[in-house]
Amino acid sequence: MNELLELTTTRNNPLIDPYMAMWEWQIPVYLFLGGMVAGMMIISGYFLFSGRYKESNCSCFSIPFISVVLLSLGMFALFLDLAHKPFVWRLYTTFQIKSPMSWGAWILILVYPALIANILMRPTPWMLKIYPKLSEWAGKINQHPFLIKNIGIANMILGMMLGAYTGVLLSSMGSRPLWNTSLLWVLFLVSGLSAAAAFVHLFAKNKAESELLAKADNGFLVIELFVFVMIFLGFLSSARPHMEAAQLLLTGAYAPVFWVFVIGLGIIIPLIIQLLAVNHKIRHTSIAPIMVIFGGLILRFVIVSAGQYSHWFNAHFH
Amino acid sequence: MPRYGMVIDTRKCVGCSDCVIACKTENNIPEGYNRDWIVTESKGKFPDIQMEIRTERCNHCSETPCVSCCPTGASHIHDVGGVVLVEHNKCIGCKACVEACPYDARFIHPDGYADKCTFCIHRVEKGQKPACVEVCPTYCMYFGDLDDPNSEVSKLLQSRKWHVTLKDAGTQPNIFYLV
Repeated sequence: MNELLELTTTRNNPLIDPYMAMWEWQIPVYLFLGGMVAGMMIISGYFLFSGRYKESNCSCFSIPFISVVLLSLGMFALFLDLAHKPFVWRLYTTFQIKSPMSWGAWILILVYPALIANILMRPTPWMLKIYPKLSEWAGKINQHPFLIKNIGIANMILGMMLGAYTGVLLSSMGSRPLWNTSLLWVLFLVSGLSAAAAFVHLFAKNKAESELLAKADNGFLVIELFVFVMIFLGFLSSARPHMEAAQLLLTGAYAPVFWVFVIGLGIIIPLIIQLLAVNHKIRHTSIAPIMVIFGGLILRFVIVSAGQYSHWFNAHFH
Repeated sequence: MPRYGMVIDTRKCVGCSDCVIACKTENNIPEGYNRDWIVTESKGKFPDIQMEIRTERCNHCSETPCVSCCPTGASHIHDVGGVVLVEHNKCIGCKACVEACPYDARFIHPDGYADKCTFCIHRVEKGQKPACVEVCPTYCMYFGDLDDPNSEVSKLLQSRKWHVTLKDAGTQPNIFYLV
């Protein structure tokens, strides 16, 4: 006869019982957009730093504006998630050193000027139409290659901070075993870089740049797989709540979506397609990048949802 | 400086939910929400089955992930007794503290802020007991200063066997269950 282990509770708080589902679609959407923008800042920063911006069709001139739009959309999603919206300004009346969310709020404040500095290097015609003085500013910036290099460095550093913070936000929560791995920020940063490389690859006009991005994306996807292996090794050799958290993705309720959409369609198949493309066996198409982008989005949904589902429940049985 | 805590005698608790009703009435908790609740734990192998009934709420932990993660400082440790509280007009409703609590003891109040047990600090500061302790018909709940070796709670913890919930989560809860 099996041992009985049963816990019943009279608590039935909305979105908490029977299992935590407090963070809904807004958080994964924000984490995905924030991660992808972080990757795009690193890529455009690298293009500035390495001198690729000297080529007239460098995508580093279109990335920053798209980044501002996507990041703002992500922040709007985050705003929608807030339950006490009129008090949102409270984020900026304090800095809580132990709170990753407070760090994130202030990092976002720094990210915008870095992106705007990048935009000012080469404003688009419609921007010049609205505010012709921008061309003067662009001229001044372009006179100083050293300044451009520094804008590139600032974009890379802030991109790294933004991408890493999206992972730390979750991994700092010991209460949710699936999030509680110090590799989560690496996973989100690499996934953000991969989605960013795929996204920029979709509209890059420069052929050499496009080829470089596809190659870089292949590297990011391989690293992402490696990070997944490391995360699962860590969980499976840890305490029971962590083992159970890993099993949620590997064999449990979230396994179908994890294996099919995150690993299969989000990493392995686009990796194979892009490996064939960079080796000139097939032509570059937009299929693989689109799969990578969707894979990154679904990864955030799976991690946020399964993470909330993972718990210390069994440790209840003392 | 006191350190407030609760001791609950699981041998006396019958799960009548009087504490739950008292809390809801005293603190005007909206319908469908609970700051405290009753848990029944059964374990063993037939015929050796054990059952424990206990009343649960925020553990007012000494290590507070809910306070650390708060981006605005709304979630804080009160000056008196180390009670964990939420300042409503500082809370942005980001839900980080709800996620950070391994006991799932917090919820989002329909008015938007994070809410939870306050150990009825408004009563305690007037020298009264928390509402749940006050009404318990089996006298299974004790409230007091854990740092005072002569307090009722300290003496019970010295003389009886006890456990806390989710010890492995590492938050050092300040609610103890006598067995």
